[in-house]
Amino acid sequence: MIKEKAQILDKEGIRRSLTRIAHEIIERNKGIDNLVLIGIRRRGAPLAERLAERIKEIEGCTTPVGILDITLYRDDLTTLAHQPLVRSTEIPFPVSGKKVILVDDVIFTGRTIRAALDAVMDLGRPKVIQLAVLVDRGHRELPIRSDYIGKNVPTSSKESVLVRLTEIDGEDKVVIFEPPG
Amino acid sequence: MGLSGKDLLGLQFVPVEEIKLILNTAVPMKEIIKRQIKKVPTLRGRSVVTVFYEASTRTRVSFELAAKYLSADTVNIAAGTSSVSKGEGLKDTARTIAAMGADVVVLRHPMAGAADMLARTIGAPVINAGDGAHEHPSQALLDLFTVREKKGRLEGLKVAIIGDILHSRVARSDIWGFTKMGAEVRLSGPATLLPQETERMGAITCASIEEALTGADVINILRIQKERQQQGLFPGLREYSQLFGINKERLKLAAPDALVMHPGPMNRGVEIAPEVADGVQSVINEQVTNGVAVRMALLYLLTGGGNQHEITH
Repeated sequence: MIKEKAQILDKEGIRRSLTRIAHEIIERNKGIDNLVLIGIRRRGAPLAERLAERIKEIEGCTTPVGILDITLYRDDLTTLAHQPLVRSTEIPFPVSGKKVILVDDVIFTGRTIRAALDAVMDLGRPKVIQLAVLVDRGHRELPIRSDYIGKNVPTSSKESVLVRLTEIDGEDKVVIFEPPG
Repeated sequence: MGLSGKDLLGLQFVPVEEIKLILNTAVPMKEIIKRQIKKVPTLRGRSVVTVFYEASTRTRVSFELAAKYLSADTVNIAAGTSSVSKGEGLKDTARTIAAMGADVVVLRHPMAGAADMLARTIGAPVINAGDGAHEHPSQALLDLFTVREKKGRLEGLKVAIIGDILHSRVARSDIWGFTKMGAEVRLSGPATLLPQETERMGAITCASIEEALTGADVINILRIQKERQQQGLFPGLREYSQLFGINKERLKLAAPDALVMHPGPMNRGVEIAPEVADGVQSVINEQVTNGVAVRMALLYLLTGGGNQHEITH
């Protein structure tokens, strides 16, 4: 049994965090010219969609949204007994010269983001790449940091952070739990 | 889930779920082929060896490109220019390749069962790229992929395979693949080139070409393999063309949106009329592109891919 230790964010908390991040993205980039959002599968994808909606509410213009699958760029493929399922990357716009905002649910070791950076660079040469995450839980193994953070959550490395989103899981919440054993 | 077998020797023993996994994995692979930079680092540091005991351009190049797009190193051994011509047996060639550290071996061989023997000799995964008249599974998988992509489904479709079924490994793999996925497979060709065993495989042998074509959703036209026609099983290419060649008139018997497929290389004016080969219903070029995507999926999955395992951020 998974033991839930604490709820970090509820539905309202997630909503407020995303609204603030949307404002920060617009402020930092002085508007939304040349801006594109790319969500990292799986839960970064709905988060990127939600951020695009918020940005549209604020600025009145739509921002292109893409989905990135980083499976083929993982650094642990040779050490895993079984490789994971590959899903499709759907980025229907050129990234060269764009301000790319990568969106993911949790940043932990930084290895997903390393893979995502390589994957985006293989598609073109963006002007800048920034990173937005709902939860930053620390324990980085690479020199990578997030530009926009919903919530900083100090965790022990034994704990896990679980993000559940309506689009995938039927509910909105973020919890910390301790894996069994 | 991943693939349960070490190798891909034929579609006969591949479960439906695994065929679906291969087809689903080929979808994101096809997206990579359409990119400006056609390369992902997935198989970096792995090697894929293609061993071809028969002439082939498209299958060999397709496997090589698939491996290269995934960043694997590739080596091709053509039987005519290697130690094979000095009399080295398949098993010894295989052991040598395995000892050099090949991670995947792709084999084309004129003898049915050659890939199976190779797979039992070496530890690395073996992909059968055609063994005699037995199977050519990657061709059937790309056919399935192409039809599924165009029609949105495979179940309930009527698939006509026309030509020399007897000598065709493509036909055998297609029969296994399409019937497993719930399609109806109809066969037609000269009576001397229609073996009986295909009925047991689940295909329907038609009495006439008209019967096979009527209402068909897919027409897969097999190549008349001139190199295998030394026994006088049909009178001549001209007569074959008149009786079984797919031209505009015959195409009208099929469903109006029927797909025209051919595994290549084509004998234009023999089994397929040029206006059909280049017509709007032809997906022959698409098949070639899809072949690379399907082979990328196979290489990925046979080197251990496909497990539903999510990354830990």
